[in-house]
Amino acid sequence: MTDATAATGAPAQARRPFASLLTLDEHTKRRNATEARFKAYGLAAVLAGLFFLVVLFVSIISNGIPAFTRMVVELDFTLTQAQFDEAESQLLKTGAYQGYFVEGFDKALEERGVEVEYDAAVLDRLIGKVGGIMREFYAANPDKIGEEVVFELPTSSRVDGYFNGRLKREDVSDSRFLEASDLDLADELYEAGIIKSDFNWTFITGADSGVDNPGGAGIGASVVGSFFMMIVVLALSLPIGVATSIYLEEFAPKNWFTDLIEVNISNLAAVPSIVFGILGLAVFIQFAGLPQSAPLVGGLVLTLMTLPTIIISTRASLKAVPPSIRDAALGVGASKMQSVFHHVLPLAMPGILTGTIIGLAQALGETAPLLLIGMVGFVARGYPDSFLTGFTEANSAMPAQIYTWAARADASFYEKAWGGIIVLLLFLMTMNIIAIILRRRFERRW
Amino acid sequence: MPVLWIVIIILAMAAIGYVMGRQRALASAGGDPRNLHSLPSYYGSSVAIFTMVFSFLVLIVWLIVQPIVIENQVAANIPPEMVREGSTLGLMMSDVRRVADGLDQAVSQGAMDPEAASNIRAEFTDVRDRLGAIGVALGSDVGPAVLRAAQRYRSLNATGHMFMAVVVLGLAAAGFILAYLRSHKDFRARNVVETTIRYLLIGAASIAILTTIGIVLSLVFNTWEFFRLYSWTEFFFGTTWSPSFSGRGGSSELGFVPLLWGTLYISFIALAVSVPIGLFAAIYLSEYAGPHMRAIAKPLIEVLAGIPTIVYGLFALLTVGPMLLSVFGEGGLGWMQAGTAVMTAGLVMGIMLIPFVSSLSDDIINAVPQAMRDGSLGLGATHSETVRQVILPAALPGIVGAILLAASRAIGETMIVVLGAGAAAKLSLNPFEAMTTVTAKIVSQLTGDSDFASPEALVAFALGMTLFVITLGLNILALYIVRKYREQYD
Amino acid sequence: MKTMLTEADNTVATVPAAGPRDTKIKARKVQVYYGDTHAIKDVDVDLEDKAVTAFIGPSGCGKSTFLRCLNRMNDTIDVARVEGEITIDDEDIYDKKVDPVQLRAKVGMVFQKPNPFPKSIYDNVAYGPRIHGLAKSKADLDVIVEKSLRRGAIWDEVKDRLTAPGTGLSGGQQQRLCIARAVATEPEVLLMDEPCSALDPIATAKVEELIDELRESYTIVIVTHSMQQAARVSQRTAMFHLGELVEFGDTKEIFTNPTEKRTQDYITGRFG
Repeated sequence: MTDATAATGAPAQARRPFASLLTLDEHTKRRNATEARFKAYGLAAVLAGLFFLVVLFVSIISNGIPAFTRMVVELDFTLTQAQFDEAESQLLKTGAYQGYFVEGFDKALEERGVEVEYDAAVLDRLIGKVGGIMREFYAANPDKIGEEVVFELPTSSRVDGYFNGRLKREDVSDSRFLEASDLDLADELYEAGIIKSDFNWTFITGADSGVDNPGGAGIGASVVGSFFMMIVVLALSLPIGVATSIYLEEFAPKNWFTDLIEVNISNLAAVPSIVFGILGLAVFIQFAGLPQSAPLVGGLVLTLMTLPTIIISTRASLKAVPPSIRDAALGVGASKMQSVFHHVLPLAMPGILTGTIIGLAQALGETAPLLLIGMVGFVARGYPDSFLTGFTEANSAMPAQIYTWAARADASFYEKAWGGIIVLLLFLMTMNIIAIILRRRFERRW
Repeated sequence: MPVLWIVIIILAMAAIGYVMGRQRALASAGGDPRNLHSLPSYYGSSVAIFTMVFSFLVLIVWLIVQPIVIENQVAANIPPEMVREGSTLGLMMSDVRRVADGLDQAVSQGAMDPEAASNIRAEFTDVRDRLGAIGVALGSDVGPAVLRAAQRYRSLNATGHMFMAVVVLGLAAAGFILAYLRSHKDFRARNVVETTIRYLLIGAASIAILTTIGIVLSLVFNTWEFFRLYSWTEFFFGTTWSPSFSGRGGSSELGFVPLLWGTLYISFIALAVSVPIGLFAAIYLSEYAGPHMRAIAKPLIEVLAGIPTIVYGLFALLTVGPMLLSVFGEGGLGWMQAGTAVMTAGLVMGIMLIPFVSSLSDDIINAVPQAMRDGSLGLGATHSETVRQVILPAALPGIVGAILLAASRAIGETMIVVLGAGAAAKLSLNPFEAMTTVTAKIVSQLTGDSDFASPEALVAFALGMTLFVITLGLNILALYIVRKYREQYD
Repeated sequence: MKTMLTEADNTVATVPAAGPRDTKIKARKVQVYYGDTHAIKDVDVDLEDKAVTAFIGPSGCGKSTFLRCLNRMNDTIDVARVEGEITIDDEDIYDKKVDPVQLRAKVGMVFQKPNPFPKSIYDNVAYGPRIHGLAKSKADLDVIVEKSLRRGAIWDEVKDRLTAPGTGLSGGQQQRLCIARAVATEPEVLLMDEPCSALDPIATAKVEELIDELRESYTIVIVTHSMQQAARVSQRTAMFHLGELVEFGDTKEIFTNPTEKRTQDYITGRFG
């Protein structure tokens, strides 16, 4: 700022703006150009955000869909009683079944008019040792002997990968798992309709298969693990969260203790999730001696993580209930406690439930703390034996299972990981939609 | 008597107490509830409460304290010279616990009668074999000292549990009788019940504090333990991170600097992606976009915030990594060796943070009063001039707060860096190189097979402690700034 | 309703000449819609140069809405739609070629609540000249700022603390700062939307005095709730009710001898 005396001497304006409104001067044109540019940056940012969303979903879906299908060899096959007896009397029983299968396979080829040369080892590489599967089947279903049975035999993960595009023909190097020439046979069989695509129920219902069998891996067991964790989270975080919110909103006096609670809640909401994992490891597993990898421990840790979310949304819905309702209840002689539990809480319930579902959805997708309490090293090979052991027996959870698959060396597991993500996102989407519907239906404007 | 039984008995007593208390109160009022001070159910509840509250409190405290006391007793009884070479008292105690558990299982499965379990001698029986036979695997042979300690552990535990059952059930009965006798028509039962509920509410609210205490204690104790084994100057100022996997201490170098560098570098890239995009998106959506566009684009962008981090991790590892590699890797510019790199993790983390930055900025921009906009537009400013010269400066403190919150998110983020950033701790400037972060190393140090008493595992707690302190500091600072900002316009 | 309209037309035609003044702003058949609400109906009015015109009427009668049409501030509201013709110096301000940005530099506005930017006093006043590129140099800008602050009758109070934040001033000072800020872009018309409603009586007196001084250089339109204020500062008065222009004429005439019953009722305090 120059001194004022100098300024007063020269009242001359630099220029008189805008002789006419109908003509744009240069300066305004430049400013409008800047304006347009700025607006374009904004639009570009929004589009960039949407673009990332699209890329994310496209890569999830395109990579994950193959996990839900598998290629199977479908074969009508009849085993006679004589064949059964003969096979069972031999030393190499599965070998005998294998032999019958090859016969049946030849017959199927002939029926469909396919003429190819192959040796039995190729079949082994395409669909593995079939004899064991067949023997198991007939041992379990002796009444099926002599009848025609349709066998659907999953192909090996490499053949599977070849058909869904994961494996390129030119990348195949001959090994004991697959030779490039096997794929010719596979193509012929596909043409003939013997190899066909099928919905992969194993992926939905199965358990993790271990590092060497990507084809048999399923997400079912870890869905169950997640389910048990969510039961724990719901059973603990809803009552505790609601009780905390009621105390803070309705009863808490304004003092240092209340402030301390408030500060703690807002800080816990921002503590990195991995730190909760450390807490779980040190307190629940090392100190309290709870079993490692158990949904119970996972649920406890996730409860502590979810509490701030639930408390914040519950308090918001309690706040939204107008004071006149409380006054009305107190006015007819209800105690403070009765006014809260009989009137305020029921009115706030839809909001509380919405917040709880969103909190649960967050907890369901949380991974980092589960790594530390041992849910990753563990291979969930089956379902829990009973409802109670479901909490305490080691199990995996959906996100932990996805991580386990993503961390495996065999790239065939990646497809399972993407498929697992689709399942996980479906669960999250369902929960969020329920929350939105709840909010729309019951939201009350005072 | 197992704990479950004690709980069931107390619950049953409480249920009976409810019915009896209610009846006694009604009887005292001559069967007319109008003569009672409170509703009949409150009398029943007060008996149930008196039966349960004190007994359960004592039960919980007992369950926490007893193992600590017994452990100390048993540990004190192990003569120091019996601790094996290369082992510690702590390790030995975990052996003791395992043997004691094994004996318990053996007894419960009927493989050993209780008498034998308390009397077998390591000198005459191979305990490891016998326990192995019933599916209890023990790492090493059971020495006589360990076995004797385990047996002592078991007998102390049994005595403790017996006392516990007596005390807890006694308390329950005492509470029952006291409350039952008080169930009279003039007794202010509702006040008692409501006070109890009030304390329960306070108890629930205290869990937030307990959680923080739990976090701090578990970090502090183990960090302390770590700094006893490893010099803190070397941890904080060491520039090499190379933990040995098999050895115990000595050969490991656990320098924190490269991890901090990786963390900050990745967070920086994440912010460089998310802050401009998030901020511009927020400006566009709140200042320019029409209601329709806002109604569609805003929730869609926020979908990015609802996606679990494991998904982003996989996205980094399997989509973004290979994509970057094809441009910057061998076939392209040749700057990148592998898909996992600072850039990969930073970019994906940036995408994850876009909705975080944009919704926070949106709130903050909307908090700038409309009068500011009108004032500027009324002077003939264009929309962008208004945003840049009036709204943003006015909203600056709030936006800085939002960026700090985003930074704290980025620093604490785990799954994306575990999957997308690589595992090598490096001090490098090349964003296409693999680096690692504090969180990723916490995971790798605690999920391996290493023993929890070794510095290689304990370092994770020191890392967790630093992470906790950094993020807490950032959060408090950010919340403080944002609050100050809001007060300005309230 | 119909008769009313024709009467309104008549008032425009029969405005008694209060001196040889030019018409600065001409409005014909102006309609404003907020979504489905018809907020301004068929307003025709001629506003004179170098005079103060007051808009009076009960709350929600549309006087502020009409004021905001004159510098196209209604453009910033998504649902607002303006029809009809408004000209300033015979140029249609709703013409496609007109940039509202230029228009608003020519038609300055002062708001109900003082709204200084969270910047220094100097930067508050310099904001307009800067964005419109009115100053060639720093020295130029200093001249403009001082001149504007003097015009705003606040120079003596702030000349020693030009770098202090504008939000630190008292309410009355803030409003005069806002007037100085509006004057700094060299406008020809000044719109004031209840400029004194947030001020105490002493500050109000100062601002009214200032308005009277500014009349010599600008066409001033002021919306006010206070009949006394309208009587004190304005030469011409327009009375609005339910989105219609009820009566328009010399202030003295309106207050002493209103032709419309509604005007009389409002002035005597029977409604509003």
